[in-house]
Amino acid sequence: MTLANLRPMAPELILIALGLVLLMLDLICRKKEMLAIVTLIGAILAFYFIKGSHGGLFDGMFIADLYSNFFKTVFIINLLLSTLISVKYLDTERALHGEYYALLVFATVGMMTMASAGNLIVLYLGLELMSLSIYVLCGFLRNNIKSTESAIKYFLLGAFSTAILLYAISLLYGSTGSTDFNKIANAVAVMGAGAALKPLLLFSVALFVTAVGFKIAAVPFHMWSPDVYEGAPTSVTAFMSVGPKAAGFAIIGKIFFVAIFGLHVEWVKLLIPISVATMITGNVLAISQTNIKRMLAYSSIAHAGYALLGILTADGDGLTAAMNYMLIYMFMNVGAFAVVIMLRTEDFAGDELKDYLGLAKTHPLAAFLMMIFMFSLTGIPPTAGFIGKFYIFTALIHSGQLKLAVAGVLISVISAFFYLRVVMYMYMKDPEVETPVSDSLYLKVALAISVVMVIVIGVFPGKFIEFAKASLILQ
Amino acid sequence: MDYSHSLLSAIIFLPVFGGLFLFVIGRENKAVIKGIALLVTVLDFLLSLPLFIKFDKAASSMQFVEHYKWIPTFDISYYVGVDGISILMVLLSTLTAILCTLVSWNAIKDKVKEFYISLLLVEGFMIGVFCSLDMFLFYIFWEAMLIPMYLIIGVWGGPKRIYAAIKFFLYTLIGSVLMLVAIIALYLHTGTFDIVKLMSMALPYKMQIVLFWAFFAAFAVKVPMFPVHTWLPDAHTEAPAAGSVFLAAILIKMGAYGFLRFSLPLFPDASRAIAPFMTVLSVIAIIYGGIICFSQTDLKRLIAYSSVSHMGFVTLGIFALNSQGIQGGILQMINHGVVTGAMFLAIGMVYERTHTRQISDYGGLADVMPIFAAFFMLFTLAAIGLPGTNGFVGEFLIILGGFTANKTAGVFAATGIIIGAVYMLNLYQKIFFTGVNEGIKGLKDLTIREIVTLIPLIVLVFWIGFYPNAFLSFMDVSVGKLIVRVSADSLKAVLNVAVVH
Repeated sequence: MTLANLRPMAPELILIALGLVLLMLDLICRKKEMLAIVTLIGAILAFYFIKGSHGGLFDGMFIADLYSNFFKTVFIINLLLSTLISVKYLDTERALHGEYYALLVFATVGMMTMASAGNLIVLYLGLELMSLSIYVLCGFLRNNIKSTESAIKYFLLGAFSTAILLYAISLLYGSTGSTDFNKIANAVAVMGAGAALKPLLLFSVALFVTAVGFKIAAVPFHMWSPDVYEGAPTSVTAFMSVGPKAAGFAIIGKIFFVAIFGLHVEWVKLLIPISVATMITGNVLAISQTNIKRMLAYSSIAHAGYALLGILTADGDGLTAAMNYMLIYMFMNVGAFAVVIMLRTEDFAGDELKDYLGLAKTHPLAAFLMMIFMFSLTGIPPTAGFIGKFYIFTALIHSGQLKLAVAGVLISVISAFFYLRVVMYMYMKDPEVETPVSDSLYLKVALAISVVMVIVIGVFPGKFIEFAKASLILQ
Repeated sequence: MDYSHSLLSAIIFLPVFGGLFLFVIGRENKAVIKGIALLVTVLDFLLSLPLFIKFDKAASSMQFVEHYKWIPTFDISYYVGVDGISILMVLLSTLTAILCTLVSWNAIKDKVKEFYISLLLVEGFMIGVFCSLDMFLFYIFWEAMLIPMYLIIGVWGGPKRIYAAIKFFLYTLIGSVLMLVAIIALYLHTGTFDIVKLMSMALPYKMQIVLFWAFFAAFAVKVPMFPVHTWLPDAHTEAPAAGSVFLAAILIKMGAYGFLRFSLPLFPDASRAIAPFMTVLSVIAIIYGGIICFSQTDLKRLIAYSSVSHMGFVTLGIFALNSQGIQGGILQMINHGVVTGAMFLAIGMVYERTHTRQISDYGGLADVMPIFAAFFMLFTLAAIGLPGTNGFVGEFLIILGGFTANKTAGVFAATGIIIGAVYMLNLYQKIFFTGVNEGIKGLKDLTIREIVTLIPLIVLVFWIGFYPNAFLSFMDVSVGKLIVRVSADSLKAVLNVAVVH
């Protein structure tokens, strides 16, 4: 095997090298800003190599195809944006440890491996790499008790859900005799209505739904997320509210749409109540939050619910819609978190809703950007959020789930209430205290990218939808 | 057709880009910002005049059409055009925008930049709604307009503005998302978002009924029709003068326009079946809205409820499903825009001086502000439909159409006119006659800017009142086509002949 043979996994290899370089650089480099710049350069390099990555490796265990490349694009942009919003934030929090960027990079490699897995074992490896890195990142503010709590909670529940996933994998292996997705799919097809093994398979389906439900924080497996999101460093919250969620959807595509697609009647039955409960719980509980990070955590739960609507159509169009939704969600959500970080200064936490009072008066630009992200999260045109929802509901109605679509749009109206409350606080009330904002070029770049993408996808969505659509030569 | 092939786009996007341009101007240059806003609205109005002149009244197809691919995956295009139903609404929008800019000149002192940005965006999106011939494009404009409108009410409004703004937003959003589902379902059934194509398709009856109700949810909230009208008094009352004028003159017309553009031609059989129910709702709105006006103590709230009543006339006319009714309905949309818009402008002017909207705080205003009193008298007379004013023509046509369709409804609607006369004259008496109230002594009469703002509306009141054909002639052909479309099959053949000759 030569190096050229490894071309399909070039982006991963570059990022792994980047992570190692970062660890070493941390020892010799005093100016930690350098690490961020190196991370950005490495990530852009990896991004560049995504395009030519095609083909299977290691006997089909690792597959780079358009589907995985779509998710890798999302993961690396997420890495870039998260790095950009971290620089100033870490400085403010006095948490300038070099491992930070290395962990972000390794977590991203984990996600990319999940998206490229052709086999349950590789999928599990990627999942663990991602999860372990993020457990550490959550507790990165060592002197902050909430951050530590967040890490412990995430670790315990994460480990628990991973165990469930392993159980599901073992049952699936036991009943089909393989860990390869395509072979499992064949075995499931052959079994068809084979009565003998069916209970075992069904049990494994239920466990898969549970394990993935934990990862994407779907109700009733969402309990960990508000506490974890609130306690974790804000930049990490932004990173993990998109990355692992998108990775969760990547493996949903692999497991549900390939390996056990033959059982889709069963898993759709499970996903319908889960998605409805997720949308309702996320949106309703977000209303009563006073901390913006918690509010965004619940909103993140709700958005997973919308994306699940695309999944439970059990057709390619729905999966594409969910993928498209993740891409859009990344920009609007990271953008919103970037504004939250902007409000974090030396002696001002800036993550309470009341800190946003009168922001339009004191900092018109920050308020304006936040407003765009809030309207996008609500799903009001001409922002990207609307396009995401439009595509999801089109796919849903196309698959015949008209009632579910009506329920979905009505539930989404609830979300207008709390997103608009942020706008109301910023624009319609007077400031109580002087809210300072931090000034950082990196943060500004991240905000500029996010807001431009939110508007561009909102007004000219054609290319992006086609990009998601073209990624689906999975079946 | 020289430049007119992109005329509509220019009219839609001039205010949008004008608004975006204001972003780059420093917020301390208030005079510059106001000047640019006025310039943009005036230019936009001038741009819309060629529409009025060049419009071919004899053509039944869409005019000034522009059609470009936009999102090929879903066969969505940027497709705009006007016919006899929408052209007058476009003109009304561009005119209203100028007046809104003028009336806000001194009234808005805080966050001036944001205000004019919002104002211009609302204008552009509203015109977009009236010109869209693609359902997706229509929905984008329809919803996008909510954002600046929400800000106008919530940021620059009265004491209870936040409550009013969120109520406005949530009510409209619930209606709109149901329409979105219907639009998607319609697309998946027919394979197109093209409204013109859809107008010649025949949908299964059951589907028509379901979709009719989904569109109804969006349009009825906007109009607003009887049970879902409760957002309007709050929004109207709390919004700043410019917001109230936009709401009254244009925004609530979108609902009625929606019925004409979507419900009737797309679901003709369902429209016929549901028309009696709509007539009942309209009559309730006319009577109930009128009666509620008696007990109002707040000036703007009273006008807001009178809007409910007047819009009841519009929907009554539309669902009479005959040409007098529909023509009257469209004309009444314009009339109500002109008259109620003028009322809110006038109230805005006097509110700027007194900072009170309580009717009891006024009295004897005719002595203090005689010019203002004269203007308001003319608008009051137009609102109650005195012959010679525009209100008479519209209401007359509607009641004529209503009688033809349903005698009882016609009778009840006619009583609505009497109720309207009672509360409007009563209001006029309380404000302008009786003894001069202490609080309003020494108020300055209207300035030149304010008079200039009101004069175009006075002109329209009498122009439409004395020579309605100048406006009705625009809609003849389009309405005729619509009538053929919604008529029962047995009637269709007869009507077709009538239209051809």
